[in-house]
Amino acid sequence: MFIKQISVYLENVRGSLCEMTECLGQHQINLLAIAIADTSGFGIIRFIVKDDAVDDALAALRGGGYIAQVNDVICISMAHQPNGLAAVLRLIEDNGISIEYAYSFCRSTLTDAVVIIRPSDKHLCEQVLEQAGITMVSQREVDAF
Amino acid sequence: MTISASIYDPQTECMSREQLRALQSERLRRIVRYEYENVPLYRQKMDAAGVRPEQIRGVEDICRLPFTEKSDLRDSFPYGLLAVPKQQIVRIQGSSGTTGKPIVVGYTESDVEIWTEMVARALTAAGGGADDIVQICYGYGLFTGGLGAHQGAARIGAMVVPMSSGNTQRQLMMLQELGATMLCCTPSYATLLGESLRQMNVDRSRLRLKSGCFGAEPWSEEMRQKLEELLGLEALNIYGLTEIAGPGVAYECLQKNGMHINEDHVLAEIIDPASGEPLPYGSSGELIFTTLTKQGQPMLRYRTRDICTLYDDPCPCGRNTLRMGRISGRTDDMLVIRGVNVFPSQIEAALIGVGGVAPHFVLVVERVNSSDTLEVRVELTEEMFSDTVSHLEGVKRALAEQVKSVTGVQAKITLAPPKSIPRFEGKAKRVIDNRKL
Repeated sequence: MFIKQISVYLENVRGSLCEMTECLGQHQINLLAIAIADTSGFGIIRFIVKDDAVDDALAALRGGGYIAQVNDVICISMAHQPNGLAAVLRLIEDNGISIEYAYSFCRSTLTDAVVIIRPSDKHLCEQVLEQAGITMVSQREVDAF
Repeated sequence: MTISASIYDPQTECMSREQLRALQSERLRRIVRYEYENVPLYRQKMDAAGVRPEQIRGVEDICRLPFTEKSDLRDSFPYGLLAVPKQQIVRIQGSSGTTGKPIVVGYTESDVEIWTEMVARALTAAGGGADDIVQICYGYGLFTGGLGAHQGAARIGAMVVPMSSGNTQRQLMMLQELGATMLCCTPSYATLLGESLRQMNVDRSRLRLKSGCFGAEPWSEEMRQKLEELLGLEALNIYGLTEIAGPGVAYECLQKNGMHINEDHVLAEIIDPASGEPLPYGSSGELIFTTLTKQGQPMLRYRTRDICTLYDDPCPCGRNTLRMGRISGRTDDMLVIRGVNVFPSQIEAALIGVGGVAPHFVLVVERVNSSDTLEVRVELTEEMFSDTVSHLEGVKRALAEQVKSVTGVQAKITLAPPKSIPRFEGKAKRVIDNRKL
């Protein structure tokens, strides 16, 4: 199972992240998780919003002159203890799947730790996690955070 | 340093204005008939303009003739403008066109000879002769700089050091060890050589340079002073273009008051670029050349797109030829970057090649440490974007490679946010040139 992620292109200049988050704020969009990838020239901002806010967020960003895109990512729930994340990553690694990036939620109602990953092969990764009995968080559960 | 110079061909270079005009008129009559008979495009153009070769009696009739444009060379690529069978062509030289397709020019043996003479005159005017050692760091190849300077230097009997471009450390080593007395390269490269020497704490007394012929890109009087100070030489301007011959079409003497045009081989005019009407000497306008002696690929009223002024007042050096001032601009948006001609339309073609669509872009040119840098700011499109850094880095790399292969120039690619590049009604402003020449 996948959840939706929005990614946005920002030029690496002062104030650009602030302006983008203000743009979302003006449209009453709440960020459930956010990650920033930065290079010397540009940054990619990735975030999760509730399912029913995805279209609004995209419209708000495009209206504000941003380039934005929706992707599927996998949200994994795991024991909040040492080796919790490592155990999951080992499984993924042993199946020849690489992770393009990963980040965690700002907050959740769950007691477990929640991490978002973007695997190189999302369908294979989903299958591997499912077979190993690892909990993936659905879009509906995310919406309830 | 005070240096002296002689005149390579005093009979021609010091000919009176009246004699020169008579010579030009005679050659013009002959070349116009030759072009009409041997180049279909010129025949079509003259027929369309309603002018016949016999109506051209002398230089006063030049304005009745049609213009030739760079696009004519591109459209007739590669052999369409040749006036002779290919067997008579002994050399091809070329330069970048406006859209990625190069333009090439074919030279007969006589054309190469004329071009060689032009450069020999230029080097002689710079004080050159059989005692000199000439280090050439213009690129050798299709670009006319290297081979052109080489032929001229060999003609005056100088010792030629054919370094070609690049490899600054090696250039500097040879400059000191071989003791070159003359330097031929772009003015920006000469500045780079001079500054590198200074950084290496090499005193300029270690050099034996007396003069330099610098061209292939626009430069300024301030740059002349800087170069003379850095390298301890007389820095002279030389002008040329592949379409007409190559370097040596015009050259400065030690008076440094404009470049003497080889008027026995080319007829120069200045026109109003908008109306095409001729302008008098002393006024600024577009420079037009008609070749008077070229056989392989003669040029009829070729629009150079270079803006400058012609002067016919006497020069103390004794030459009576017209002089052209520095190129003050272009009527199109061509850029010269490290001696290479770059057109925004080429960049556009390169960007379409990668993204499939024409993105908004702007070219930013700077001069950093005497070397030109080109930045291409491209507005990111939805199609180019992805959520991973590696994909975007890949897009940048692909754009840089495409720009390099189309223009020959290494460019820095910046992906700009949407709408960040100003829109223009009509012709877009594609170039921000921050170089202080």
